[in-house]
Amino acid sequence: MVTDPNALAPTSLDEAYELLAERGPEAKIIAGGTDLMVSLNARPLDASEFIDIWRLNELRGISDEGETVRIGALTTYTQLIKSPLIQLSLPTLVEASRTIGAIQIQNRGTIGGNVVNASPAGDSLPVLAAFDAEVEIGSIRGVRKVGINNFYTGYRKTVMEPDEILLAVRSRKLKPNERTFFLKIGTRRAQAISKIVMAVNVGTTGAVINSINIALGSVAPTVIRAVQTEALLTNETLGAPVIERARSMISQEVAPITDVRSTEHYRRTVTGNGLAKILRRLM
Amino acid sequence: MKITFQINGVEREVDSPPMKRLLDVLREDLRLTGTKEGCGEGECGACSVIIDGEVINSCLAPVCQAQGANVLTVEGLSLNGRLDPLQQAFLECGAAQCGVCTPGMLISARSLLDANPHPTRDDIKEAIAGNLCRCTGYIKIVDAIELAANARR
Repeated sequence: MVTDPNALAPTSLDEAYELLAERGPEAKIIAGGTDLMVSLNARPLDASEFIDIWRLNELRGISDEGETVRIGALTTYTQLIKSPLIQLSLPTLVEASRTIGAIQIQNRGTIGGNVVNASPAGDSLPVLAAFDAEVEIGSIRGVRKVGINNFYTGYRKTVMEPDEILLAVRSRKLKPNERTFFLKIGTRRAQAISKIVMAVNVGTTGAVINSINIALGSVAPTVIRAVQTEALLTNETLGAPVIERARSMISQEVAPITDVRSTEHYRRTVTGNGLAKILRRLM
Repeated sequence: MKITFQINGVEREVDSPPMKRLLDVLREDLRLTGTKEGCGEGECGACSVIIDGEVINSCLAPVCQAQGANVLTVEGLSLNGRLDPLQQAFLECGAAQCGVCTPGMLISARSLLDANPHPTRDDIKEAIAGNLCRCTGYIKIVDAIELAANARR
């Protein structure tokens, strides 16, 4: 390590707000460190100072709010996996959490970190997008709520200001007539970063699709919703012809790149195949 | 920054830059070189340690986050010169070849057996999914963890 950056450890959320208001633009927040420390190991970051929030227990915990579930930003993937409430209400969030790294990462990585890190490959993000989750953001100026589908403004960019901190993620629960699917394609099951990651929530009556939310990661600069394909499928009767049209449309709708993990062609093709596979499971 | 924690049951204090990796503090400041660095990016698990009951990659934890914590490294597995049943089983099964992954494997396995004393082979595979071995093909490692679990019954 070239530099020895400082680390400030606020003991309360109010103290964290004050530190961020004073030093927000220069300082960087560290939570579980599973992404940040990788960057820090590779090269010195431009931040000279870190605000270590790992011990801010105010940001931990999963609560049942009736219609919704609130997940504190510092909740780890292990805590999500083990939570009976999440298993029941957001089962695909458990599935996604189980594919993130391996146990060492799941014990330390947090849902808030996944959201704020804003990687297009963040595996929990398509699940949150398919559930139309919202995030709760706080600062000395107050608390605001933003829908996850309006939170990302570009590659690794979010609407958050330098003095703000993510407090929690809130999601509605799975509805009784709704099914939820998660699909991740990587080079191996553990530890791999996604080539494609997909979450689909779908409500049906018989063979008719009443509503469908399709969210995708690793195929665009941010997590995205496939709104054209959603519109194509809504109110349609499931069957081979509509599945073929959806497969073809979604592979055009995504905007992937070729990078070290995969190619644009592969990503388009397998996104289509993945959606077709999920739709066939509904028949 | 002064940081105090329990390492293998002994209270230790180090004076270290807060963002220094726990891995480096263990190896350089405390000379506990059993914990290895493989990839340095949280992929290989060679640097695994147990912190407050949970296995983590010590290359991804700044030492400031270990303040007041209870850390177990591979050096803490044996008790009064007697090998942990896992270490004994690794010897008996030939579960180590080059040995670089072995400390991390032992730590992940120990974390598994602490939580689940009678794991299935699938449980074992999931528990060591974050520990890469490029020599053994994993079979003998899984055998060794199974043997240790049986030995503990």
